[in-house]
Formats: sequence, C-alpha cells, structure tokens
Amino acid sequence: MEPLIQVKDLVKVYHLGEVEIPAIQGISLSIDRSEFVAVMGASGSGKSTFMNILGFLDQPTSGQYLLEGISGERLSRDELAEIRNRKIGFIFQGFNLLSRTSTLENVELPLIYAQVPAAKRKEMVKKSVSEVGLEGREHHYPSQLSGGQQQRVAIARALVNEPSILLADEPTGNLDSKTSEEIMAVFQRLNRDLGITIIMITHEPDIARYAKRKILFKDGAIVHDEANVALAAGMEREANP
Amino acid sequence: MTTFFASLRIALRALTVNKMRSALTMLGIIIGVGAVIAMIAVGSGAKARIAEQIASMGSNILIILSGSSTSGGMRFGSGTVPTLTVDDAKAIVNEIPAVRYIAPNLSGVSQVVYGNQNWSTVVNGTYPEVLEIREWSLDSGRSFGQQDLDGATKVCLLGKTVADNLFGGIDPVGQVIRIKKVPFTVIGVLAPKGQSTWGQDQDDTIFVPLTTAQKRLFGMTFPGMVRVITVQAKGPEYMNEAETQITDLLRQRHRIQPNQDNDFSVRNLTEVMSSAEQSANVMSLLLGAIASISLIVGGIGIMNIMLVSVTERTREIGIRIAVGAKSRDILLQFLIESLVLSMMGGALGIAIGVAGTFVLSAITQWPTLFSIQAILLAFFFSGSVGVFFGFYPARKASLLNPIEALRYE
Repeated sequence: MEPLIQVKDLVKVYHLGEVEIPAIQGISLSIDRSEFVAVMGASGSGKSTFMNILGFLDQPTSGQYLLEGISGERLSRDELAEIRNRKIGFIFQGFNLLSRTSTLENVELPLIYAQVPAAKRKEMVKKSVSEVGLEGREHHYPSQLSGGQQQRVAIARALVNEPSILLADEPTGNLDSKTSEEIMAVFQRLNRDLGITIIMITHEPDIARYAKRKILFKDGAIVHDEANVALAAGMEREANP
Repeated sequence: MTTFFASLRIALRALTVNKMRSALTMLGIIIGVGAVIAMIAVGSGAKARIAEQIASMGSNILIILSGSSTSGGMRFGSGTVPTLTVDDAKAIVNEIPAVRYIAPNLSGVSQVVYGNQNWSTVVNGTYPEVLEIREWSLDSGRSFGQQDLDGATKVCLLGKTVADNLFGGIDPVGQVIRIKKVPFTVIGVLAPKGQSTWGQDQDDTIFVPLTTAQKRLFGMTFPGMVRVITVQAKGPEYMNEAETQITDLLRQRHRIQPNQDNDFSVRNLTEVMSSAEQSANVMSLLLGAIASISLIVGGIGIMNIMLVSVTERTREIGIRIAVGAKSRDILLQFLIESLVLSMMGGALGIAIGVAGTFVLSAITQWPTLFSIQAILLAFFFSGSVGVFFGFYPARKASLLNPIEALRYE
C-alpha cells in the first residue's frame, strides 16, 4: 500500500538578504497510516521547517513531498489553504485558540472555511468535543479553561475535519508534567482507537516516549529513525497480560 | 453564504470587544454624514424658498418702466417722467408674437377707508390680465373685466392684508370702501401670496381698472398715461426676443433717434431671480463639499483603526489561514468589519444630521428641506467610504504569511 506521506530529497533554503541559510538538506522518509511519530532535535535543527512543509504552510526549495499522493508544488495560496483545511489538523505549543470565542466556535472554525452547512457542523463539533472529553465546557472561553483544557480544545479543532494527519508542534511545551501526560494519553487513544496518524515535534524525551516511532533531526538532516522499542514492548505487555 | 454570515458575526464580535474604539471610529463617520445631511438640507431649503418666490412673482416677466427725467443737470430715476401709454402696451401685445399678456399700470399710494377703519396702501390701476401674469387667484368674489375697463367702473380687488386691516372678520365682497374719497365696490379678495424676494408684503395692495385709476384717482398729464407695463412672454425661450422687439418697437413709437437714449427701460426679473438661484446652488454645493471632507476624514479614521486591528490580530489571522481560510475569507471578514463601522456610523449620522437640522432651523429660522435621495446618497456614500478605506487593511490581512503570523507575539 502507498504510504501516507512520502518525502524525497527534500531541501529548504532560506534567503536572508545575500546569505543562504540551509534549513533542510535532503531528507527522505515515508510515514504510513496510523503511525505516531515523534520528531526530535535541538532548536535550529530544521524540525519546525519540516513540519511547516508537511503542513503545507511552506513550500520546499527542491525535492518532493506527497501527502496521499498530492503535491503542494505549483498550487496557489488558496489551494494550499484548502488542502490544510481538509487533510491536516494543527496543534500548536501556544494552543492558538481564538480569544473571546467559545469552545464550540473555536472547534467549528475549520468547518466554516470548508463551507459545511450549519446542522452538519453542529454534529461534527459535538463529536469532536466529546472525543477529547470536553463535554460541559462547550460555552467556555479559552480564558476560563486550564492549559490542558485549552489544548484539548485545540485537539478537537484539529480533529473536527477528520484530517489525514495531526501535526502537533510542541503540544506539551506550555503544560506541566501531569497535564502533559493527560494530553499524551489523548494522543495515544486517538492513535490507537481511531487510527489517526500523528506527527509530533518535541524536545522532551519523556514526551517522545509516547510515540511509536522516533525521528531525530540534526543540522537539517535525519540522524536517527527508529521504532520505539520500549513502547512497543509495553503495548505488547498490555495486549497479552 | 455560510462564510458571509460567519464573517458578519466575527466582525460584530470584534467591534463589540473594543466598544470605545469602535464608537470613536464611528464618530468620524457620524459627524461627516450628519454634516452632509444638515448642509444639504440647508442648501435645498434655500433653493426651495427662492424657487417659491420666483413662482409667486410669475414667470417669464419683463417690466417696462417709463423714462427718467433730467432737470437742471439733475437726473431722476426711472419712472419719474411718464412716457408710456396704454397705446404702447396695446401695440406690444398686438405686434410682438413672443408676448402673451400685458398689464399696463398706473399706481399710487392712497389712504383707503371703510367705516371707521382706514389703511394706507398701493392702489394699482391695471388690466385684469395682471392676475394671469402673476399667477394670482381670488379667494372670493370675481375679477373685473373689459366692461369695467370700458366704463371705468368704481370696483376694486383687495389684497389679503388690506382686507384684513379694513374688514377684520367681515366678508368684504359687496362692501363699499373709499379710496381718495371716491367710493369703490369691493368685488373680490385675492389669495394670500406672502413676501416677495426683497421682503415686501405682496398682499398689501388694491387693484382697480386702469381707466378708473386714470380718470378718478391719479389723473393724467397726457391721455392714456401709465408708469409701468408688465409683460409676460410666451415662454422662457422668448424672453430675449421679446425684450429686443419691445425695445425696438418703443423706440420707434417714441421716435427716438439712433444716437438718443431710451426714454424707458426694460427689466428682466427672471434673470435677477435665476442668478439668486444660482448663488444658492453654489452655496449648497460648497456646503456639501466641505461636509464631504469631514466624511473623508472619518474614512481615514476607519482605515487607521483597521490597520491597527489587523496588526493586533495578526496571530488570529494566522490561525484562520492555517486551518483553511482563503484570502477571500480574510478579506471579507475585515471588509465587513469596516463596512459595519461605516454603515452604522452612517445610520447614526443620518439621525444626528436630521435632528441637528431641526435644531438649526429652529434657532436660525432658516428654511430646510430633506430629500430621501440626499439621505440615501449619504448612507451609500458612507458605505463606499467603508469599503474604500477598509480595503487596504483587509487586503493586507488577507496576504499575511501564516507561518510568520502564527509566530507573531
């Protein structure tokens, strides 16, 4: 079966005036459906640039990136917006919720831009909100929610359009360790029960532990790409007690 | 449509978040639209009053005055020497096709008496056509006719002011008044006409048959003498033709040599009035233009606030673009926001402009006139200001780079 994500010889170079800054220097990898990948690396290693390209927020300088066989090359700004809207769910470190906007309306946002009719929107939002366990917080504003709850709203928003992948950029960066564990439990459940593909940037090994596969970036290249043995073992133990 | 209503909701929410700022931004438009509405109302009020006065005077009128006299090197004004005759008037209406009606006039100020009341007024001996020329109707009774002119009968028509002063509540028709001790039967009362352009009470007058005035009241230095002939041309396009032909005809009848001055003068009143109308037009245009400037300043205020708003909400815009908002969606959102600001300002401005105009006209007694067109125009104009000045900030927002926008602190 064709992999969900195919990346081949990906290069990204930023131009700062006359100076060329290579952010990604020839990456190739593929990610299958239902994988849970942790992308690690020091700051400046190119992992954020990589995520931006995976999320169709940025275009590679050269090389190829295919999501379900679709390339972002030569697509207009609005066509890229449509791909993001349909196929990608974003989760950010700073939650990035709209302030003075209720949980329901935050979650509803991608559906509005997808022109989904109101009745259908309501149904999809409800489903998504219950998946992250936010029932009873539907009409709260972000300022009335805890950090963990805010990140759950962000996850619900990312899920609402039933995207092909969830892209999470340091999802626990602003959370304490207990809340981080809760969020990771949500990720694991989504990945295990609903088969959702998750790609998550993190610099904390503790968090990376929850993923099934770890990729380590250094100076714009992949230096490590391995299955999470410990986790695999743990899950096996869970399955066969 | 989904996105339109969503954008509208978002815009309204964004505006309620910063209520003070929205209100102050709107204030510019409110003042602008209010000023435009008030100034247009004042301008069209002035124009309407002038048009009314022109209509009350009658249209397409030429006035022929008899000549000025010179005595011992001293020149007197027009009408001081009687040079015009009834025959001149008859010749004008018979020989010049551009002329519709004539009303020769011999007038004087007299004391009129009824019972124990008396009143000083202008008594005009004239033709009944004067009522046609000045578009003047009768409130009661009848006008005089040819047989009254032929017989020099002692009948008269009273202006409203004279009737009120002499008779109070009594119906004057059929009563006898004395003008210069000569008894006259009142046969009609004229409808009120109000003040003329120069503030004279047009209703303070009495009309009697010309022949009666000549024989019984004012006397004549020569047969058929009149002081003024009022002429009505067939239409505005005949005015110049009539004026030239009357001048030629009168010079010929008065045997004036080519190198001699006229012993009469012809005045075109419509011209005087239309120049007054023109200056009213210029005034309302000027007022409107000045008011429009404040509307434009209000628009710049909107643009300023929208630019600030776009900068403040860079992150929000980034989120929207990341989750799939197209350029059009963002453009629409901010355009609707500035449109809502300007249209709400426009609506409030209309209310304030209308209220302000009432206050202004109550204080200054200026005539004012509202037209629904002016109000619609101001509303439409305020909407255009919103779109025009909102477009640049909205476009700026719609073209933001999502990566940079998301990183914006």
